[in-house]
Formats: sequence, structure tokens, C-alpha cells
Amino acid sequence: MTSQQATQEVLRPPQPPGLIKWIRDNLFNSWFNSLLTVIFLPIVFFAVVNIIIWAFTVADWRAVTQFPMLYAVGQYPRDEVWRVGIGLSAIVFLLGASWGNWGGLLQSISIAFGIAFAVFAILPVQHDQLDLNMRLYLGGNVILLLLGYLIGRMKAVKGGHIVIGWGIVPFLAVFLLTGRRGSELLPDVATTLWGGLLVTFLLSAGGILLSFPIGVALALGRRSTLPVVKAFSTIFIETIRGVPLITILFMFSIILALFLPAESRIDRLVRALMAVTFFSAAYSAENVRGGLQAVPLGQIEAAKAVGMNGLQTMVFIVLPQAIRAVLPAIVGQFIALFKDTTLVVIVGINDLLGIGRSIINSDPEFVQLQLEVYLFIAIVYWIFSYLMSLASRRLEAALGVSTKL
Amino acid sequence: MAANQPSIQFKSSIPFYRDERVIKAFAQVVSAVLIIGFVIWAILNFLDAAEARNMTLTFDFLEEAAGFPISNPPIEYEPDMTFGRAFLVGLVNTLLVSVTGIVAATILGTLVALARLSSNWLLSKIALAYIEFHRNIPLLVLLFIWYFSAFTQLPSVKESIIWPGIIINQRGFYLTWPRLTETGQPFAIASAIGILLAIILYSVLRRRREITGKDTYYGPISLAILIILPLIGWLLSDGTPFQLDVPFLKGFNYKGGLRLTPEFTAMFLGLAMYTAAFIAEVVRAGIQAVDRGQIEAARAVGLSTNQVLSLVIMPQALRIIIPPMISQYLNLTKNSSLALAIGFQEVFSVGKIAINQAGRAVPVFALVMLTYLSLSLFTSFVLNIYNRRIQFVSR
Repeated sequence: MTSQQATQEVLRPPQPPGLIKWIRDNLFNSWFNSLLTVIFLPIVFFAVVNIIIWAFTVADWRAVTQFPMLYAVGQYPRDEVWRVGIGLSAIVFLLGASWGNWGGLLQSISIAFGIAFAVFAILPVQHDQLDLNMRLYLGGNVILLLLGYLIGRMKAVKGGHIVIGWGIVPFLAVFLLTGRRGSELLPDVATTLWGGLLVTFLLSAGGILLSFPIGVALALGRRSTLPVVKAFSTIFIETIRGVPLITILFMFSIILALFLPAESRIDRLVRALMAVTFFSAAYSAENVRGGLQAVPLGQIEAAKAVGMNGLQTMVFIVLPQAIRAVLPAIVGQFIALFKDTTLVVIVGINDLLGIGRSIINSDPEFVQLQLEVYLFIAIVYWIFSYLMSLASRRLEAALGVSTKL
Repeated sequence: MAANQPSIQFKSSIPFYRDERVIKAFAQVVSAVLIIGFVIWAILNFLDAAEARNMTLTFDFLEEAAGFPISNPPIEYEPDMTFGRAFLVGLVNTLLVSVTGIVAATILGTLVALARLSSNWLLSKIALAYIEFHRNIPLLVLLFIWYFSAFTQLPSVKESIIWPGIIINQRGFYLTWPRLTETGQPFAIASAIGILLAIILYSVLRRRREITGKDTYYGPISLAILIILPLIGWLLSDGTPFQLDVPFLKGFNYKGGLRLTPEFTAMFLGLAMYTAAFIAEVVRAGIQAVDRGQIEAARAVGLSTNQVLSLVIMPQALRIIIPPMISQYLNLTKNSSLALAIGFQEVFSVGKIAINQAGRAVPVFALVMLTYLSLSLFTSFVLNIYNRRIQFVSR
């Protein structure tokens, strides 16, 4: 009896540690750590307090708050901005449908977007660009998102439909944005007028979607048994990885024209997209190659044994395992691509950073406000990159990358 | 195909268009024709364009006068010197910012990684904030913040910020810097010999220690040489071998000291701090990858904390750290080309000025790309030799 009592005594769950104990364990657990805490606590405290005071009293955010539309779409003609709006709404709707159909990670993304739209729709500030129409549009997007969710939940809607939707909508959106020369309803809008987040997102999304398949092809090419294909892929990958992105951007924006027939003209934005795509593809190829090497030979032999041909083995057996194995690196490359799109500023394209610069240069008054503008831009990039890395971690956990390999 | 099958039967059973050898050969020929055809087509187009625009394709211009100024060249340069010289100035600038950046990023990154692994919650979170801040913001934006919103807003020469050892104004950072005096030669020579000898002795005696197991006192001996030789040099040179070069106001500018331009400093700080965040993650992952059992076993056989760190953790962590570290160093070198955006004139900026001069685009561009390619190849070649030395020898 007594021994059983003793066991019960021992098995009682430990008390949750109190605040004092937590502080002692994590901040003052040795004389060295105590010293560090004593030194760094006041530094952090004063830094944070000073930054908050600066942001709310000293900092002048005019150069940021006056031009929300410029930051969003650049010089895109204001009469035609509804086209950007429709494109965005279509994507929001598809996102909602995907959330309804698959849930999981998409749920968090959708909810984040929904909250962002809702907050801006009811933001209690007076702003001439945040008029009733804009608020209604933003609110409408929240409703579209929910509508998409409900439609996505319907039995009749299959995942395949939504995938087809994702395949079609980007092309429709780009067509909507460019328009057609001489058209009444959709006059063409030169890409020189596009700017801001619109361009940043187009370059990133386009770059990610295009560079990944090219990267997979290059990785397979590099592991090919055909010497010609292997040599070409290797040279392509190593050359691009050996030079900075900026030289590739310049090559596509200046040198490429010399190597094409004189009458051909490729749009500036498309050339930048090509540069970003090829650059990122070379890095993706190396990531995928790492994954390919991690697939055991037995898998390929087993696939052959059950009668799969080379293509089937590759698509159904090798690539899924290879890509899953290196998913963190691939997403890391996507984040790098998103950040790298800022370099298009140097070849004169007004992405988010470029718009920030032109706003600063537009008014001598704003020259003193550079810190505010660049900090705002940094925060925007930070939020999206951080969300991507969070998504990557969730995806890794869902696929069991770290546990199974 | 398998050789042990009767070849006659084999040949008759598979038509030629399904024979793997034929398909492979065919695929080779098709891809070769496509690639070579594309290249020839591009070159033909280019020859047309070159003729129409009167472009040069030779590298003769390297001998011609450059005709453009470079602000604060690290080696002697005037606009009437050749373009080759201008390019060399750019190369020196690239190397300067890359090498100093790599050293600083490695030190800072390792410190941040250790802070991240610290059992002190506050320090660990500070390191985390540092890493997440830098990893999720484009380098170009960080450089713009450093340069345009900090360094172009520095005070004028008259209102310079004067701290002990450093004077800061619009024209740059003036550091107090030790410089050899005229009588300092013996000291410099003795120090150089001392450092060299100490390194050689350290590695030789350490190897012998590892082979024979007898203590050769490699630590104290090399340290003694490192101290004694420069000391002898100091005594041999009459008076002080070096003195502090303190910047002073002369007319409208500061003279003396080590002057760092705002462009260089922005580039150096931006690059080093950005890359340090990535290096911190590399180092942290390397240290965490060392099996805990290894550390416990080392403690169990009686090694001291320092010995555990230097003999057990670091050799194993380095094997994991070095390969990704190499690619971080390469990234830093390549990222130094962003200096173009803030007006620090390295290889790419110099090349870009030359591209804008008529008709040189292609050779200049080839030169710039070749430079970066050879820098990358050279760096990875050297570091890969080091990497091979520290990897496991698989038996």
C-alpha cells in the first residue's frame, strides 16, 4: 500500500513553472548569462521604445500614405484600374474555392487575405483614395472569398475543376491587363505604365511558375545519359550560377536584342521575367538534382519491375519523392526569387522598390523621408517572405519531410 | 541490351524505332541540331546587327583611354588611363568589398549563431530577430536603407560626428589607423616571419602530436614565437615601429587616417550583415547536427569543455558547415554587383559605363561575365580543396 502511495506521489504532474522560475531558468541560469541579460535587457528596451516613439511621433509617413495606388499598381491608368481589380478578385475567388476544397494551409492563407481586405475596407481614416467605391470593392472581395469557399465545398466541384481554373485565370488576367490595341473596351496598356506590387507579384508568380518546370527539366538533363543533353544542361546551369543576377538581367535587357532578328521586339517586362526565370531555374535545377540523388535506385528498379516505362517511372515514382525530399530548399529558392525581383529596378522597371524611389525623387520634400519609404517597402517584403517561409514549414510538417527522411 | 540473349532473335523482335540505342542516338542528334542551330541563328542575327550598328567585337578598346572618372579609386587611376586600367580598378574594388565582407560576415554570423544557441532566452531571441529581419528583406532594399536613408544624410565636414578613433561626415568614415613609421621595417619583417613560423610550427607539431600521441606543446610554442619575434623586431627598430595615424582637419576636409567612403561602407555593412544572417543559420544547423551522444561520450572520457568544443563538436560541425558556407561566400561575391545601385564602382559598374559607350556592349559584357565566372570558380576551387581535407575519409 505504501509503495503504491509513493508511486502516486511521484507520478503527479509537475507544477507549471512560475514566472520567477522561468526567468531564473532562462535569463539568470549562470553568472555569464546573468551578465548578458543585464547588458542586453536595457539595450533592447531602449531600442524598442525609441523605435516606437520614432515611428509614431518623429517619422513622417506622408510619402507612404499619400500614394497607395502608386504602390499597388504604379502608373497603370486610373480609368483602367478596374481590370487589375477584376484580376485580383478572380484570384481571390479561386483561392476561396481552393480553401473550400482542400483546406489545410490554404485556409490560413485565405483567412489572412480575408482579414487584410476587411481591415482596409473598414479602416477608420479619411483618405481620398480609400473612398466608398474602394471600400465596397475590398469588402466585396471578402464576400467573394467566402462565396468561393462555399462553392469549393460543394460535392459537384472537384479538385480538377479548381486546378483548371488556376491554369486559365492567370492567362485571362494577363490578357485583361495588357488589353488590345484599338479595342474600345480594353485599350492596350503599355507595360511601361505597370508598376508597384502588381509588377512585383507578376514577376514573382511568373518566375516561380515558369522556373520550376525548366529547373526540373535541367536537373533531368544534367543527369541524362545523353552526353549532348548533359553537357548543355551542365554548362547552362553552371554559367548562370557563376554570375550575378544583375548581369543576366542586363543580358536580357540589352544584349538579347542583338541576337534576335532586327524586327523582333520582346516587351521589357517579359525580358525581365525571362531573366529572373532562367536565373532561378538554374538554382532550382541544382535543388531538384539533390532530390533526384536522394531517391534510392531500388525505387526505379521496382517501378521497372512492375512494367512502368521511363516516363511513368519519372513522373509517378522518382520526381514526387525527389521534390518532397528537397521541398524546403525549393521554397527557399522561391523566396529568394521573390526578393530578387527587386533587382529589376536597376534595368528601369518600376516594381515596388522602383515606385518608392520615383516617389522620393518626385518631390524635394520627400528626400528627407527616404527612411520611411524604404522601411515601408522592407516591411511589405518581410511580410510576404515570412508568410512564404511559414507556409513552407507547414507544408514540410504535412508531408513529413523531416520525419520520413 | 543484355548480352546473354540470342542476338538474332533479339534483333528480329524489336523494330528499329523502339530500339533504345536508336532512340538515344536520335535524341542526341535532334538536341544537338536544335542547340547548334539556335546558336548559329543567334550569331547570324548578331552579325547583321553588328554590321548595321557598327559595333566592335574585339577587345582592342582595353588599350584605349577610358575617358570616365572613377570616384575614390583604390589604385592610381585617371580618366585618361586605359579602359583596361579602369576595369582593374573595378576588380580591385570588387575584391576589396568581397574579401572584407566575407571576413566580417563569417565572424558576425558565427557570433549570431552562438547567440541563437545560447541558453539565455533574451540573447537567443535577439539573434532570431536579427536573422529573420535580414533573411526576409531583399538585399537591395537593405542597401537603399543603409545608403540613401543613413549615409547620404550624414553631416557636413564642419559638423562631423567625432567619436574616439573615428570621425564621420558626408565624405566618409575616417578611422584612426596604425601605420608603420620609417624605422618600423625590422618590426614588420620580424612580425611577418613570426606569424609564418608560428603557423608552420603549429601545424607540424600538431600533426606529430596526432601521429605519435606524445605532447609536443604545439600551443605554447607557437604562441611564444608569435610574441617573441615581433618583440625582438620592436627592440631592433629604434623608436616606435608604428604610430597611430589620426585624421585631422586641413582646410575643408579631413586628412590622414584610414578613409572609408560612404559607398564602400554602406556596401560593406549591408553585404556583411545580410550574409551574416544566412551564415548564422548555416553554422547553427551544423552545430545542432552534431549528435548529442558525441558530446556526452566526450565528457565521459574526461575531456574539458574546451576540448569537447575544439576536438569533438567543431571538426564534425565543420564538415556540415563548409559546403553551404562556400555557396554563401559565392553569393556575397556575386551580390557585390549590387553596388551599382548605390554608386560604388566595382566590376559591374565600370562595365556598365563602358557598355553605354558606343558599340562595345558585347565584348565588355563578355569580360564582366567572365570575371565573375572565374571569381566564382576560383573561390569554389580553393574552398573545395579545404572541404575535401576536412571531410571524412570513407574506408
